[in-house]
Amino acid sequence: MKPDFKAAHVAAEFDHTAPLITCRFDPTGKFVFATAEDRAILRWDLADPKKKTVFSAHDSYVWAVALSKDGQTLVSAGGDDTLIWWPATAEKPEPQRKVTAHKGWIRSVAISPDGKHLASGGNDRLVKLWNLADGKMVQEFTGHELDVYSVTFHPDGKFLLSGDLMGKVHQWDLATGKSARVLDAKELHHYDKGQQVHFGGMRGLAVSPDRKHLACGGLHKATNPLGNVHEPIVQRYDWETHKLLKTHLAEGLTNSTVWNCLFHPDGTLIAGCGGGSGGHLLFWGKDDEKPAPSFKLPDMAREMDLHPDGLQIATAHYAKKLRLTRLAPKPPAPAKKA
Amino acid sequence: MKPCQYACNSADHVIARRNFLGSLALGAGVVGGLGTFAQPSVSAALAKDQKRMLVINMHGGLSQLESWDPKPGTDTGGPFRAIPTSVPGLHISELLPHTAKVMHHLAVVRSINTKNDDHGKGSYMMLTGRRKMPGQSYPEIGAVVAKCLDSSAQSLPGHIRITAGGGGGRSADSAYLGPKYASISLDGGKPPQNTTKPETLTDVSLAEQNAFRRLANDHFLSRRRTAMTDAYVQSYEQALELMKQREVFELSKEPEKDHDRYGKHDFGRHCLMARRLLENGISFVQVSHSNYDTHNENFNFHFEQVGEFDKPFATLITDLHERGMLENTLVVVLSEFGRTPRINQYYGRDHWGRAWSVCLGGAGLQRGAIIGATNANGTEVKEREVDCGHLFHTYLRALGLSSKSSFDVAGRQVLMADPACGPIKELLA
Repeated sequence: MKPDFKAAHVAAEFDHTAPLITCRFDPTGKFVFATAEDRAILRWDLADPKKKTVFSAHDSYVWAVALSKDGQTLVSAGGDDTLIWWPATAEKPEPQRKVTAHKGWIRSVAISPDGKHLASGGNDRLVKLWNLADGKMVQEFTGHELDVYSVTFHPDGKFLLSGDLMGKVHQWDLATGKSARVLDAKELHHYDKGQQVHFGGMRGLAVSPDRKHLACGGLHKATNPLGNVHEPIVQRYDWETHKLLKTHLAEGLTNSTVWNCLFHPDGTLIAGCGGGSGGHLLFWGKDDEKPAPSFKLPDMAREMDLHPDGLQIATAHYAKKLRLTRLAPKPPAPAKKA
Repeated sequence: MKPCQYACNSADHVIARRNFLGSLALGAGVVGGLGTFAQPSVSAALAKDQKRMLVINMHGGLSQLESWDPKPGTDTGGPFRAIPTSVPGLHISELLPHTAKVMHHLAVVRSINTKNDDHGKGSYMMLTGRRKMPGQSYPEIGAVVAKCLDSSAQSLPGHIRITAGGGGGRSADSAYLGPKYASISLDGGKPPQNTTKPETLTDVSLAEQNAFRRLANDHFLSRRRTAMTDAYVQSYEQALELMKQREVFELSKEPEKDHDRYGKHDFGRHCLMARRLLENGISFVQVSHSNYDTHNENFNFHFEQVGEFDKPFATLITDLHERGMLENTLVVVLSEFGRTPRINQYYGRDHWGRAWSVCLGGAGLQRGAIIGATNANGTEVKEREVDCGHLFHTYLRALGLSSKSSFDVAGRQVLMADPACGPIKELLA
């Protein structure tokens, strides 16, 4: 079934008791996971949404989670230096392995295309590669000048990409462990001289299904970083040449950030956006400057993920809810009995 | 008291004529002018002790939860953990690992309720110890310290602010104490503006120009002396002293290894400059660190800002201690207010004056003290509530001044500190 972006609608809501931070579907599509400000990891069974399971072990917020290809292993990344391996489908999940992986926050994790490795990046400006099977570190990559915000693998499995607060994307050659090249998406970084702060960064990083494009999402026009005055942006680069092909914007969504971006299998670029203008899902074709269309969520969203079926998007909300947006027309209301 | 010699007798002129008389004592008294004290014995004791004050102003409103009063694991605690310090039982934010090692030199007050969420009012309150009232203006602590602690031999300004940027020059922060005690800004940590002699001007020419200026001044003052003319004269003479002693402000004179220890970013350089100024006898130095007004992404920005603050501050405390200066130097890390326990949708925290903290130490304050407490998630003070006035009294007492003393302002006795408050006695040695 093809997605109908114009027919997007919220099809389900799952409640929690604290604001949510991030969310991910498992690759089998059976569960959706989220994390929250109460330091919990949450799992909802999509077939039985009342069934919520809580994973608790981190000593800080959990900023990111990743799932193994078979959906059996969950790795959570905390602000407590720690990666934790979990049995993702267990009824009463307990940590299988804890690894002190970074100094400080671990902001992003990703599973390699072959399912064997996990990448992590954090505030210590390091990127690390781990064996998913035993939790042992395989490689450490150094070179970022500020905090690492995003990591993702190129689909061919040869390169690991990491984006930082400066808006720089390092392309790490997994065979040599060295940086192959660096893309400077400097539009996504702002240093405010008056407030003396760095702001922005690579909030989303994605390679297109045809492997021709690299999308870098975040914010720009940060005229008041501390006061949340900025606008969302995604820049589309040519993978081979690093030439900027398109800047995708969302006019009117002031004070909003692109918290994540990814490509739908049909090539549509999707961004999860949230801020003072509320929450939005933005959809762009490769030539669109403005989203066509955009979908306004009930309130501010902080993260998003796409279901393996390509028809559902999960969003994590400050309003203590996880929402599922369906990219299809609403089913007809059941006929009332006479 | 010798009668006023000004041509007019307006209140302002009387205030500024610098003929305050009085005494400095631990009881109530009146502090005199010209940076001297009426009681020579007290003045001599202070000279020996060389009391000074350093304020680190965490501009914008430092989050108490990401600094001195963390609440990890609560609904308001945020993502950062608490770490133990060199004081058993005292935990502070993990963003302060270097400071944690020197907390046995310092103390925290965790129970401040200023009932104010406004930047301007908060800054005024924390630096003057009073609430802002229409038609009233009080001197900031820096002006009070310079007025009361500058020795008669002190030729450099006693009230200096180090900021990352700005217009430079003198500020209007001394109220009725007059322009002599207003702060001089070292913007970007650079020496005061216009303190280098133009290359085209020879020493002889400069001396001749100043001799002529003094002659003209004396002639004018013999007939029409005013507070304003006094201020002009004092400004010119102080500017000459600044030119002569410009080296005091030359950070390049500090050893390279100290530049490395403090860090080569603005705040590191400014802390090193603060040490240099205090060592050179400046009575009051204020260093600003910007910016903590984190309505948006509070945690990212505190990670960045507090991370920058931590090492230079701890290095400065260590140096002051090792150089024997901490005994006589009051150090206060303050803000205009704290930040809300509630985390907003942008991961931000907003203005909050109802339950927040300062860190302070030196000048004989109780080391390792923890004054007051907030409730479990930091939403209110539950023990030993204090206001800006209590803190102001405490600063004065730590500096050996009676917080019940008065300034003689045109014959009117103006109490140095808010009479509705008193010092935090358990913090005083």
